[in-house]
Amino acid sequence: MSEVGQIRPYGGSAPSNLVDVLERVLDKGIVIAGDIQINLLDIELLTVKLRLLVASVDKAKEMGIDWWEHDEALTSGTGRHRDEELAEENRRLRERIAALEENSGSVEKGSGKREPAGASRGGSRESKGEER
Amino acid sequence: MTSHGTGYASYVYAVCRPFDGEAVEGTVGVGGRPLHLVTEEDLTAVVSAVPLEEFDEEALKSRLEDLRLLEEMVRAHHGVVDTVARLAVTVPLRLATVYHGDERVRGVLRAHAETFEATLRELTGRVELGVKVYADAGTRSPVTEPSGGSLPGESRGRAYLRRRKEQRELRDDTWRRAAVLCERTDEVLSGLSHAREQHPPQNAALSEVPGENVMNHAYLVDQERVEDFLAAVRDLRSHAREGVRIEVSGPWVPYSFASPRSSEVGV
Repeated sequence: MSEVGQIRPYGGSAPSNLVDVLERVLDKGIVIAGDIQINLLDIELLTVKLRLLVASVDKAKEMGIDWWEHDEALTSGTGRHRDEELAEENRRLRERIAALEENSGSVEKGSGKREPAGASRGGSRESKGEER
Repeated sequence: MTSHGTGYASYVYAVCRPFDGEAVEGTVGVGGRPLHLVTEEDLTAVVSAVPLEEFDEEALKSRLEDLRLLEEMVRAHHGVVDTVARLAVTVPLRLATVYHGDERVRGVLRAHAETFEATLRELTGRVELGVKVYADAGTRSPVTEPSGGSLPGESRGRAYLRRRKEQRELRDDTWRRAAVLCERTDEVLSGLSHAREQHPPQNAALSEVPGENVMNHAYLVDQERVEDFLAAVRDLRSHAREGVRIEVSGPWVPYSFASPRSSEVGV
């Protein structure tokens, strides 16, 4: 959240809230007719569509409907967010598996089917690398 | 494919006072395209040559309707405007203003010279600051009866109705506080600024910010008054009651004040 203290002279590379940027770049700025007649009304329409979509998102979420979260065209922004979440979850699961393997290592060592715990952990880490 | 063939078009980001073009040599704009300057008398347009087949009407339209491409384009446009505004007084153009070549851009600079001059004068030495007020009834802590508790001798139905009433009062309270803060904020900040524009409140799902955005203003502030303005916001914030809050963004290039009051400029 923008604290007053964080204000910098012209954002530049500073991460501005996309919505703040959109509402200015799309809705504001001087409007001069271009040669390529991309109808500015279309752009307005687009933001209306965006707003409608988003307005209904609230309601839909309340009802537990979230199909758009799986629609790449609609969630390019949040999609990346979800990828990060998934990556984070994967990392946690891997750690958990590693911890479990470590615990069970002493039991399985005796079976002769597995290598000593240390090597086994190393091995599984390598295969994780390949999975990526 | 298209009748335009494989030519280039001129995408214009902003119009400003002439400055040394070397300063933007490394900067790229939409589609990763480099910038060049088109100057006519005392006005300079900041331009990228873009392939027509990517920026003709059809291509532009589908580009603007693809949220990912739109974001890319919006960020690139904003990036250029931001960079240029550090070098010269700048009037930002709205996204996707495209001409058939630099000669046309020169013509537009000539045709609209008066408008650009007036706007440049208005914006000289000023920046835009965004101020939003949020109301968040949900964040207030003292819900007296947390979950389903009844007072001694109170029926469950009665307890339910009482809790509903309390929640409603809490909400009403928060809205009242928000209304007071909005009024006070606008009064104080208008006194410190040159002009004010109202933007529609932002939707929480889009901005991913907690609470309900109840005021979304842009103020055009003299550069030397920015510190006072921010101090006033800090003061307002420190007096804000529970459940309401105030946030600032910027300084922005004055996008919200680039158009002559409530009128469009046509060719």
